[in-house]
Amino acid sequence: MPNFSTNEFKPGLKVMLDNEPCSILENEYVKPGKGQAFNRVKLRNLRSGRVLEKTFKSGDSLEGADVMDIDLEYSYTDGEFWYFMDPNTFEQHSADRAAVDDAEKWLKEQEKYEVTLFNGAPLAVTPPNFIELEITETDPGLKGDTAQGGSKPATLSTGAVVRVPLFLSEGEVIRVDTRSGEYVSRASKS
Amino acid sequence: MSDWRPTGSAGALRERARLLSTIRTFFAERDVLEVDTPLLAQFGVTDPNIELFTVSESNEKRFLQSSPEYAMKRLLASGIGDIYQLGKAFRRGERGSRHNPEFTLLEWYRTNINHYELIREVAELATRVLPVSSWQVWSYAALFAEILNLDVFTASTEALSKKIEEEGISIDAPLSHLDYLDLLMTHRIEPQIANWGLVFIIDFLPEQSALARLITQGENTVAARFEAYYGGLELANGYWEETQADALSARFTDDNAKRDLRGQKQIAPDTRLLDALEAEFPDCAGVALGFDRLLMLMLAQSSISEVMPFAWDHA
Repeated sequence: MPNFSTNEFKPGLKVMLDNEPCSILENEYVKPGKGQAFNRVKLRNLRSGRVLEKTFKSGDSLEGADVMDIDLEYSYTDGEFWYFMDPNTFEQHSADRAAVDDAEKWLKEQEKYEVTLFNGAPLAVTPPNFIELEITETDPGLKGDTAQGGSKPATLSTGAVVRVPLFLSEGEVIRVDTRSGEYVSRASKS
Repeated sequence: MSDWRPTGSAGALRERARLLSTIRTFFAERDVLEVDTPLLAQFGVTDPNIELFTVSESNEKRFLQSSPEYAMKRLLASGIGDIYQLGKAFRRGERGSRHNPEFTLLEWYRTNINHYELIREVAELATRVLPVSSWQVWSYAALFAEILNLDVFTASTEALSKKIEEEGISIDAPLSHLDYLDLLMTHRIEPQIANWGLVFIIDFLPEQSALARLITQGENTVAARFEAYYGGLELANGYWEETQADALSARFTDDNAKRDLRGQKQIAPDTRLLDALEAEFPDCAGVALGFDRLLMLMLAQSSISEVMPFAWDHA
């Protein structure tokens, strides 16, 4: 991978810091009156998600990280690995628990996920912002209660538990915002 | 479609024009002569912390000036008297919310005064355009003692390194003694003095003298320099000028030794400047003030791009 100098550090650039792949969030150039210039840089460790701040002497450089985001279809899990397939090449990628992490409860077969590859191996899995899932378990629906507020927990086909309006019943398909974990609407029947 | 629009608003550009005019009036009132020295010159500064743009012209290499200092000093040596210059300056790699590689610099020299008297004049200009009526003067050492409980005259490089660690500043070691001090300045002191109003810092360490003369202050030798800060932003940098050609020549040599160590290109000492100092150079104090930054502070803008027509990425 090429090296990037501090003046090439831009938000989104992927670099290696202490052997960890990181994404640059902010880069601020500071220079005292007649002295050494520095770059105060905020980075996110792509493995841990942690944000750190590090200062570099201006002109220092970091090695680029071989990181790319691709869209893959989720296939199945054997409990140890989660398997994703490239719909164009049919190439299969196996993600471990650390990579799947919080996305596990949103994994639905044949759905597309953004998978971050580091040196060709999955580093992180990001679900689509909205996903449609079937309710597999919830208290019985209250007919005619569509106008009133109130909610109840519902377990979805992927194992996620979200709060849904009282009128929904098992077997119905709903649209969920995966970022907040909140119910959005009933899915339109196809 | 390309992003052709200006980075500064029409309102900001109108204020920019007004400030240019205010500054010219300020100096006209004081009988200081405006000069405009060449931007493309045969020599450039040796300062290892400044990277110069070079321009090729047939077989010759010219430097876009990082400040008009050398040419203005040759004018001073010719006996021209008090002068100011309001024009462009260029420094490679200086890009950020407070820096643009091409910027506007106000630089002026007053003969037969020292840097303390020049501080008063900088304050007069600043109070004319900024919402301040008073100012504070701190010595470099007093500021480090006050904010970081550190004695800059006695602290070892190791002690500075430890301080950086204690302050939670993450940077790959080792740095030089002066780099550690600069780091504490930018990361801890600048943010601290941001709400102190107009602050002048004086009496820098001898190693930070640049082109200022050295003077004795109590039992310490210090550089006769000052920096002006407002809102955490360094606004101006002034010297009671070194007038001895041999002392200046020694600093050029020293700068080039540092450049060598850091793997930077050497910059030939400006022999015309040295000859001018040798011939006749008046006792004087000079200061360079960042015009764009003054405008940022006036308009309470946090990014330099908002006070210029087209910032670097749009130029």
